[in-house]
Amino acid sequence: MTVIQNWLGRTPLARRRALWGLALVAPNTVGLLVFFGIPTLISFATSLQEWNGLRPPAYIGLDNFERLLRDEGFWKALGNTLKLLLLSVPTGVVLALGLALILNQQLRGRTLFRAIYFLPVVTSTVAASIVWTWIFQPRYGLVGNLLEPFGLRDTNWLTRPDLILLPIAIVTIWQRLGFDMILFLAGLQNVPRVLLEAAAIDGATRWQRFRHVTLPMLSPTTFLVVILSIINAFQIFDQVYIMTARTTRGGVGGSATTMTLLMYETAFTRNEFGYASAIALTLFVIILSVTIIQLRLQRRWVYYESDQG
Amino acid sequence: MNPTRDNRPSFLDRLSLLDRLVAYSVLIVGAVLMVLPFVWMVSTACKPSSELNRLPLRWIPEEPTCLENVRSLNETSPDFDQYLRNSIILTVGRTVGQFITCSLAAYGFARFEFPGKRVLFAASLALLMVPFQAIVVQEYLLLRRLDWLYTFAALIIPGIFSAFALFLLRQAFLQIPIELEEAAMMDGANPLQVLWSVTLPLSLPALAAFAVITVQAAWNDFLFPVIVSNSAATRPLTVGIALLQGERSTPWNLLMMGSLLATLPMLILFILLQRYFIEGVALTGSRR
Repeated sequence: MTVIQNWLGRTPLARRRALWGLALVAPNTVGLLVFFGIPTLISFATSLQEWNGLRPPAYIGLDNFERLLRDEGFWKALGNTLKLLLLSVPTGVVLALGLALILNQQLRGRTLFRAIYFLPVVTSTVAASIVWTWIFQPRYGLVGNLLEPFGLRDTNWLTRPDLILLPIAIVTIWQRLGFDMILFLAGLQNVPRVLLEAAAIDGATRWQRFRHVTLPMLSPTTFLVVILSIINAFQIFDQVYIMTARTTRGGVGGSATTMTLLMYETAFTRNEFGYASAIALTLFVIILSVTIIQLRLQRRWVYYESDQG
Repeated sequence: MNPTRDNRPSFLDRLSLLDRLVAYSVLIVGAVLMVLPFVWMVSTACKPSSELNRLPLRWIPEEPTCLENVRSLNETSPDFDQYLRNSIILTVGRTVGQFITCSLAAYGFARFEFPGKRVLFAASLALLMVPFQAIVVQEYLLLRRLDWLYTFAALIIPGIFSAFALFLLRQAFLQIPIELEEAAMMDGANPLQVLWSVTLPLSLPALAAFAVITVQAAWNDFLFPVIVSNSAATRPLTVGIALLQGERSTPWNLLMMGSLLATLPMLILFILLQRYFIEGVALTGSRR
């Protein structure tokens, strides 16, 4: 009894406060542990099993990972995910930065513009993807008709394996732009005016001020935006699921299957839970590495900033 | 916060006429591209089926049939009302639940000393690094073992625990001067009473940001509901309209009406509470 008492605190008041504290944090902590912590740990075990979800699981060592290396479908999904990343992240980040730079000026109506650019962010990805599927339909679709002068009206963007990733990347950029833009706008608040003014007085052109003052001071934000966009790209699921629903889920010949979709299909249409866990774990390791790189480098930047201030 | 931040007017703010012209042109072109899909969605949602396959395309339907289309949507998809109801239950359940568990935990971590505090807090935050996609298979297996699959419990309960909301609310509570809480304690209030009558009312802006982030995430959630709901009894709108989309026979005007109805609540919420959405982004960004 006394051991527990001393463990909680030395005075009666401290002990009572400690009990309150434990009681307050208990529901969320236990819930997080049960619904997120334990599944994370179990996924390591499941990835070493062969399991169709019905019969008892069989331990098969690293066979799932070996199979992963030989699985063409996996490499294709990884390739598609990386292609989507390359199609969407650089363009998205540059557009978001450009818009933020303009909206950072003293312009009338900028709150309205900011709201308009943010609208797609609050829209459900499912609804947005349905709308864009309609927009990309051949013959009666909006995009085809706008591009009619180039002879693209009857192009079927969503069934052609060489084109399908483009519409998916466009939806992704469209939906993410406002989010990234707001992060850049927040970052721009931290670029010291004094420096920009001093540079201007010294005769620096607008481009030079941007290149040598704004861009370096903004680098932590840019880095954050890039990292968050990369992580987002690795998780793309809704867009592909919806935009390929009317043809073959994942696109003709798996031309649009991303890693998350592959994992979903492996687990929930093929009932291969062990193999799906191995895919999930691979995805996890990739995203975690990106996050860790970010945390490492961010620490350096935070230090750099406080060093200056 | 930041010593270098300042908002005084500067000569840099003076823009030439050409500058303004270029800036507005870019902004307007961009804004049109952003809004076009919404306009096309509304336009198609109000077209009769006879106008869908007609060229050249028309932005304004010749004979608008908005309400008729809502009716035919209900005929094509008799469960649509129930999907809507399920989405509301899911969203309210997760938001209220998260508000309770996370404000209690945030208050505990912000104001109390107890053994294991650092470890428990670090463990909670570490979970921020686990993407949901990576554990969704295990989550399904866990809920199956609990025999919760295809119930509201499966849709709501895992969603009422959050490391992100814990972090966000704890930060907000730490900003509040502790003297105010101590004064209430002196008057004999217990911690729950202090939290309810002092701490929470003083954290309203953070609570509003928390609420819009949570509501929006719950309303738009797809990957999880598509796995743990299998009938109209619990299926939310996102899954409902995805099913409609999968049926090749569903005409586009009804699909656009379905998408419009699924989008409208969040658009209205955004227009009313814009500020908190935008603050929410800055918070989401800073969590990492």
